[in-house]
This record gives sequence, structure tokens and C-alpha cells, in this order.
Amino acid sequence: MSIRTAPERTTDAAAATPPAGAGPRDTGAPQAPRRRRGGGVGINRRPGWFVYAILLVVLLGSAYPFWWSFVIGSRNNQALGSAWPPLIPGGNFWSNAAKVFDAIPFWQALANSLIVSSVITVSVVSFATLAGYAFAKLRFKGRNGLMVAVIATMAIPTQLGIIPLFILMRQWGWTGELGAVIVPTLVTAFGVFFMRQYLVDVIPDELIEAARVDGANMIRTFFHVGLPAARPAMAILGLFTFMTAWTDYLWPMLVLPNNPTLQVALGQLQSGYYVDFSIVLTGAILSTLPLLILFLIAGKQLISGIMQGAVKG
Amino acid sequence: MSTLTPRQRLSRLDVKASPYLYIAPFFILFALVGLFPLLYTFVVSLYDWHLLKGQGDFVGLGNFTAVLQDRFFWNSLFNTFSIFLLSAIPQLLAAVIIAAVLDANIRGKTFWRMAVLLPYVVTPVAVSIIFSNLFGDDYGLVNNLLQNFGLDPVAWHRETFASHFAIATMVNWRWTGYNALILLAAMQAVPRELHESAAIDGAGAVRRFVSITIPSIRPTMIFVIITATIGGLQIFAEPRLFDPATAGGVGGSHRQFQTTVLYLWEMAFFRQNFGEAAAIAWLLFIIIIVIGLINFMLTRRIATGDSAKSRRALPWVRRRHEQVEQTVTTPGTIAEDVKL
Repeated sequence: MSIRTAPERTTDAAAATPPAGAGPRDTGAPQAPRRRRGGGVGINRRPGWFVYAILLVVLLGSAYPFWWSFVIGSRNNQALGSAWPPLIPGGNFWSNAAKVFDAIPFWQALANSLIVSSVITVSVVSFATLAGYAFAKLRFKGRNGLMVAVIATMAIPTQLGIIPLFILMRQWGWTGELGAVIVPTLVTAFGVFFMRQYLVDVIPDELIEAARVDGANMIRTFFHVGLPAARPAMAILGLFTFMTAWTDYLWPMLVLPNNPTLQVALGQLQSGYYVDFSIVLTGAILSTLPLLILFLIAGKQLISGIMQGAVKG
Repeated sequence: MSTLTPRQRLSRLDVKASPYLYIAPFFILFALVGLFPLLYTFVVSLYDWHLLKGQGDFVGLGNFTAVLQDRFFWNSLFNTFSIFLLSAIPQLLAAVIIAAVLDANIRGKTFWRMAVLLPYVVTPVAVSIIFSNLFGDDYGLVNNLLQNFGLDPVAWHRETFASHFAIATMVNWRWTGYNALILLAAMQAVPRELHESAAIDGAGAVRRFVSITIPSIRPTMIFVIITATIGGLQIFAEPRLFDPATAGGVGGSHRQFQTTVLYLWEMAFFRQNFGEAAAIAWLLFIIIIVIGLINFMLTRRIATGDSAKSRRALPWVRRRHEQVEQTVTTPGTIAEDVKL
């Protein structure tokens, strides 16, 4: 990103050919010759301060609304009115948290969210791995046609089917049951597509043939060859499925008003008649903590998942 | 066949039937909980159908004409598209810049990538709560700051454009970093040789960015726009919780920020008119599919055009390009991929 000057161009041309290991002297770049940006000088230099300035602005933009909520949540409603926002947390966070626990069934909602998201994740990942494996590695009639069908269904906004689903759930007496939220998302077309794309490259056909020659039947071959190879992709798909299920709001709000998930309960907190904003913001912070912890543990996988094209599972 | 032992016959059946057994759970479950409700929505839309009283008379396309003559429906469409445009365009620009910055040879890559992605883990409900307070009309942080600088406060909740801006900001905040990472992946897949030879020819970083990076990531940019469209046309939590105390949270006292899904919800569960709500769902479904198809055709043209061009020019980077298409799956390449 920095502006290049003429003298450097000559080093550039010289450095474009030398063998790996001849790290550029003037850049301060680590000696990592085989890495993507490790070969030449010009496109490889450590960027200038303004690149970090932009990153810092982005970091502040990402983190500040969150920090601000925590600061207000640890004070009281008056803190909202001050002309310059306070930057340091006050001492009311735990008392505000206690008020959140009084106002909404927080722990019940947390447990519901955990159950719903976990069951959906296990189901989506299992069925997607099985189907993705079949599409990637097994030969059968109609394979391509069926795969196109899977891809076509990815674009369908199933969220718009809420009215018949609601009618059904009420007929079955499922409103208020967690099953009403779990059942509509037991499988996703995206999951099948994602697993297929991953497995098609990662398992050599010879490995499957070898297992078959050794006398393993089809399902044994899947468990001994397909499943171990699929594990990294399963982790990423699981992460995304869990997050999607956790953040879902519209459908749980309709069928679980009295037995809410965390998002539904939080929405109820915001919709209350006597709104104390510091308490609502405390609730927002509390409900974000589980995903924040997940993010700190598995953030790297999440990033690599997004960069591999894991899209809005 | 007659020479086969029962065991061999079983094995042959195993080979033939297993693939179908493996894909069956997906198709059966999807048909039941994904496809059937969508088709049944159309059936519901042909009847007078009340939330509590249930199915009534068959009215043909009456619900559709009622919805199409309903100014609130058009209002909701206008709001949806306005919010979508206010979010999609700035978001894409910001995401490209952030991706370019992340693509530079910076220190602490993982740290910065996580910093960029942080808002993604805040759920839409929490985002709505935080930003509806930031954009509070009386005591919000944004208005306080505006007044500190001697500017007039903005009625973020009452004015149409201001409320759209506030809601678009929520969407932008949550998704920009996510999209930046997708674009970053595309940028990293641009063949290094291209940058090197351009640098030798004396192209500066900015020039290389405009002439090499941007054209190479165009398919991915369109892919980002498509997913943003599909998501953006179904916005619900943000307008629902932006001002829940006024008018029951249907999108402002004058419906100034009522999106179409929010209107669908109001029609179904406030006015209890399932028939018209189903018609709204079906109309929105058609709009999304049509926009998706337009995008799809556009992407195919651009994606295939681009790769053909680069293959002709630089045969040695071909393999790299194929990797790009596999890692960053753009809809334009999906169909090609399956035919393999």
C-alpha cells in the first residue's frame, strides 16, 4: 500500500529471482521465504503506519459499541444522558445483572438456547456429512441432478414458510415446546453443499477402494475413511450452525413466547413498558457472553471457515 | 447373476442402495420442513384464513390483489430496499478497504482478523438493543456527540431516512467484517506472479490494487452482494426492536421503518389475517428468487468471462484460478463445479 520509489525498484527486480532464503534486508520482514508474501521485496514490505491507523479505527468501531454497552450497563440510566459518554465502567453491573435475572427467565432461556442450538448442530452436521460424502465420493444414478437440486434449495428463503409451520405446530400442540424450534432446521442445503465441496478433494478415491477391497461394507467405509477425513469441515460447519441457531429470533419468538430462548427473552426485555436502558444493555452483554467465549476459543476456525466460503449457514 | 453367492448379492445391494440411504435423510427432512411449508404457504394464500378461526372461504387470488393494493405493503417494500441500499453499498466499499488493509503484510494477522470479525458474534437482537440506544432521540450517544459539536440532534426514530440510516448501520456493523474476510480470501488467491510482474514494470501499490486486485475479486464481490441481498430483504429483528415501545414494535408510529417481513408478521399476528400474510410471504419469495436469478446470470457472465480472459493471458496461473473457484465458492462457479 505504500508509495514505491525508484531505487527500490531495482532491488525489486534483483530480488524477484533469488532463491528462497534470501530474505529482504531492508524490510524487517521475517525470514519466511516460502510464505505467500515472502518471495519478493516490493509487494512484501511491511506496510506503513497508516495501514495500522485504518486497522485501529476498525478495531475501535468493532469494539466500542460493545464497550459502551458494558459501561452504561455497569452504571445507571443517567449515564446515557451525559454529554460525553463515560469511558470507565461503574459499579452497578452485578446489581443490574440481578435485575435482568428478575425481569426475564435468564437461566431457563440460556438452557433452552443451549439445547436447541446443540441438537440442531448435531443433526445438521451428521446428515450433511453423510449426504455430502455420498455426493462427493459415491457413484449413483441421478447424482448430478440431485446435487443441483441441493444447490437450488440453498437459495430458497425457508424463513418465509413460517405461516404453515405455525399452523402445523399449533395443530400438533407444539407451541411452547423446544421441538417446534428444532424440527424446522434439522437439515440445511448449505451444510450438504459445504461438506460435499470439502470431501470431494480431501479423500482420495484409492483410499475408499482399498477399504472396499479389504472387505469393509459401505457404512464401515464411511465411518473409517469418510468420517475421519471430514472432521475439520464438520467442526467449521458445526460452529456456523450453532451460531445461526443461537442468533435466530423470528421463529422462536413466534412459537416460544412463554418458554423463550435467550434471544426471545432479550427481545422481551427490550419491549418492556418501563424500560431501564442500563438494565437492557446489561442483558445484551450477558446474552452475548456465551458467543464471545466461543469466539475467543474458536475464533481462528471461524475465520478460516469464512475464508473458505462458509457462508451464512 | 445366478453365479453370485448370497453374500455377494448382499454386497452388490449394499453398493447400489447405500448412497441413496445416505442422502435420503436430508431430502426427506428438507421436503417436510423446508419445501412443504413454502408450498403450503401458497395454499393458505388462496383462502380467507384467520389466526384463530382457521381456514375460511376460497378466495382465489383475492389476497394477492388486496396486498398489491395495500399501500402499507408498498411502503414496506420501499423501506426494505432503502435500508438494503444504505447497507449494501457502504458495506461493500468498507469491506473492500478493510480486506485490502488485511491483505497487506501486517503484523498480528490473527489478532486484526478477529478484531474485524468481533461484531459478528453479537446477535442481531443484541445489536438492535445497543444501536437503538446509541441512536436514541433524546439521550443517545450519537445525538449527544452531535450537540457537543454544535450540531442539531437528529430524530433517529421518527424520521424516515434517519431511521433507515440507523437500521442500516446495525446491519453494516455486524456484517462488514465478515464480508471483508470473504473478500480477503479472494484477494489472497490472486496469483502472486501477477503482482510481481506488475511491480517489476513499475506499478505502485494503488495501481496494482485497481488494475489487478479489483478485477480479480469481482466475482466474489458479486457473491457478497447476492448473499447481502438475500439476507437484506429478510431483515426483521433490527426494525422490530429498534423502537418496540411505539405501536407494538411494528416499525414506527408511521411505519417509517417497517420492513416487509415485519409487515408480514404484523399481518399474521396482529391483524391475524393469515391469508394475506401468506400472500405477502409468497410475493417476497418471488422477489427474492427473481433478484437471485438476475444476480446469478450476472455472476456467471462475469465469472466465466474473467477466468477465460486470465487463462488465455496467463496459462501458468490456471491452476491457481481453479483453486480460487473452489475455495471461494461463487454461485457462478457452482454449476460448473457440479458438472465435473
